[in-house]
Amino acid sequence: MLEVNNLNVSVNGRKLLDDLDLTVRDGEVAALMGPNGSGKSTLSHVIAGRKDYTVETGDILLNGESLLNLEPDVRAAKGLFLAFQYPIEIPGVATLTFLKAALNAQRKRRGQEELSTPDFMKRVKTSAGKLKISQDMLRRALNVGFSGGEKKRMDILQMALLEPSFAILDETDSGLDIDALRIVAEGVNALRAPGRGFLVITHYQRLLDYVVPDTVHVMAQGRIVRSGGKELAVELEKNGYSDYNAEPAVA
Amino acid sequence: MAAVQETVDRVKAIDVSEYKYGFSFDIESDKAPKGLNEETVRFISAKKNEPAWLTEWRLGAYRRWLTMLEPRWARVDYPKIDYQNIYYYSAPKTAAGPKSLDEVDPELLKVYAKLGIPLREQEALAGISPERRIAVDAVFDSVSVVTTFKEELAKAGVIFCPISEAVHSHPDLVQKYLGSVVPTTDNYYATLNSAVFSDGSFVYVPPGVRCPMELSTYFRINEQNTGQFERTLIIAGKGSYVSYLEGCTAPKRDENQLHAAVVELIALDDAEIKYSTVQNWYPGDADGKGGIYNFVTKRGDCRGTNSKISWTQVETGSAITWKYPSCILRGDNSRGEFYSIAISNGRQQVDSGTKMIHLGKNTTSRVISKGISAGRSQNTYRGLISAHRKATGARNFTNCDSLLIGNSSGAHTVPYIESKTPTAQFEHEATTSKISEDQLFYCMQRGLSGEEATALIVNGFVRDVLQQLPMEFAVEAQKLIAISLEGSVG
Repeated sequence: MLEVNNLNVSVNGRKLLDDLDLTVRDGEVAALMGPNGSGKSTLSHVIAGRKDYTVETGDILLNGESLLNLEPDVRAAKGLFLAFQYPIEIPGVATLTFLKAALNAQRKRRGQEELSTPDFMKRVKTSAGKLKISQDMLRRALNVGFSGGEKKRMDILQMALLEPSFAILDETDSGLDIDALRIVAEGVNALRAPGRGFLVITHYQRLLDYVVPDTVHVMAQGRIVRSGGKELAVELEKNGYSDYNAEPAVA
Repeated sequence: MAAVQETVDRVKAIDVSEYKYGFSFDIESDKAPKGLNEETVRFISAKKNEPAWLTEWRLGAYRRWLTMLEPRWARVDYPKIDYQNIYYYSAPKTAAGPKSLDEVDPELLKVYAKLGIPLREQEALAGISPERRIAVDAVFDSVSVVTTFKEELAKAGVIFCPISEAVHSHPDLVQKYLGSVVPTTDNYYATLNSAVFSDGSFVYVPPGVRCPMELSTYFRINEQNTGQFERTLIIAGKGSYVSYLEGCTAPKRDENQLHAAVVELIALDDAEIKYSTVQNWYPGDADGKGGIYNFVTKRGDCRGTNSKISWTQVETGSAITWKYPSCILRGDNSRGEFYSIAISNGRQQVDSGTKMIHLGKNTTSRVISKGISAGRSQNTYRGLISAHRKATGARNFTNCDSLLIGNSSGAHTVPYIESKTPTAQFEHEATTSKISEDQLFYCMQRGLSGEEATALIVNGFVRDVLQQLPMEFAVEAQKLIAISLEGSVG
């Protein structure tokens, strides 16, 4: 379960998140929608532990434990996963090398044994097949020369391998054609489980046709301004964000 | 994969900014009086019982040196060196001409044991398949203390011995080739080396012979205030092949120590020499106190047609590095290669690169240089690619990448390209990048710590070059990279 309580965040004195409250329960898929600049990506980065932000007040709890003073890698080992809006390229590092290093780093931190190469390969092959990721792609340097769709699928593959207890998808649908969107959505749906929560950040309802949310939250000016069921997404698609588009507050 | 994990484990196992080889031993030594004059040169020559021609050769170099000025064009900055405050010769007292390991001072053996270098052949053999064996020449301060596997190499006709010994056992070869690639007049440090060089390795591979094992020299500076001036000469006869590895370490000392070596390689028709260096001299402390001045001249001469010389270097140590391993591509169709990883951290200054001199027809060369600067270090690539007017069809490809870590380090690229023939094709690619916050955050979000992420990204950056190293060295180099980047993640 993810709980964000009364969170206030700024960068260089500019307020980006303003008394934000949000709870996503185990097994729940929550959609987070809102206009550009409303603070959706900021929220995802702050939860994952990016250092560029100043958390002024409030707390972020994962399964009851505060994340605020933890490094990003420690948060990851505690079960937090963030699928990036723009997955990053790591030249010269084979995708398989990266996947294994990441998985074993997390396992080690949790006091689990490292996976042997055969066990690791078995897991990768199973998940990669479902996401239509070829062996060739796994051997290439991570995300280097990958198309936008390939990068997004690679992030979902990482999510499948790392088996997080809470996953944030930051505009995973942006830049995807309809076939790629379907593959990614199927990948996400396959990971839905009673013990795993999702926060799906998106501009459009399109993704939510495939990954059907339990709840929808609308964000504007750094706070949640409306919450409802999946019908709220349909309404937003029809009316747009014009009702929410006032200038963000300046601290 | 395993190697990356090993790197990461190694990073964790080591204390912050601990130079592993910083120990020194008290070993009684036999020194020349401090300072440099004709008497010092004669003293060294006499110690080695050298023939008259070599004494004269040294003295000629010394007189020339007196007329020369220290080069100042490199992007490095250091206080004036007092050449009269250096010992030019230091030999462990007990090591005068050991015939076998049993005669070597046990204290000396301890030093090499601590460095992890096997000098006993039976130890070197344990658990290693024959084709992976390495013959070692160990040079301690100014003298070679032991050379392993000499007999086995002799069966193949390969000569591998200290150069001081080769002067006596193979005088014709030494006289013919010494100074034929790097003349005594070449440059300030090479000329100084010619006057006072103490020891180093000599290799001769006869025509048609593929050297049955890797050859390796480990250099160790132990004495205080002592310069090391070793001289290496490698000759590959027609159609032969040899792979040679060089490693170096020094104790932690507060003062700077001078290391001015000369390496000459000669490849005759169809011969190939592969020369790899893992340079790990003491780099000084975080504030730039102490460390080795590494002013080295390395040059290979592709004298024969279809010959090939390949330099691979992993440079992590030294306070200052001034080093440009080069190839003279004299023979038609000859090929030169230079693969380099230069890592600087703390206050280190690196000015390194290569020269590819195309003289013969259809000669080709390839330069892959990866510079990584962290801390407050400065890292310069300086390279010359030139084609003589007769070097028709010459080709070069240069790729020169720099990676910056943090906000206080510098990377510089200074390429010189000179072509006197319209048929030459020279390509130069260069990039400068930074390990971005985005990359670090992405890796950390997936579970890697900051140091694990940096090691992974850097290993990816240098992968093209690591692949050129013999396997044992590649593993060692990967560990070194992680260690030398210790504390670079802020």
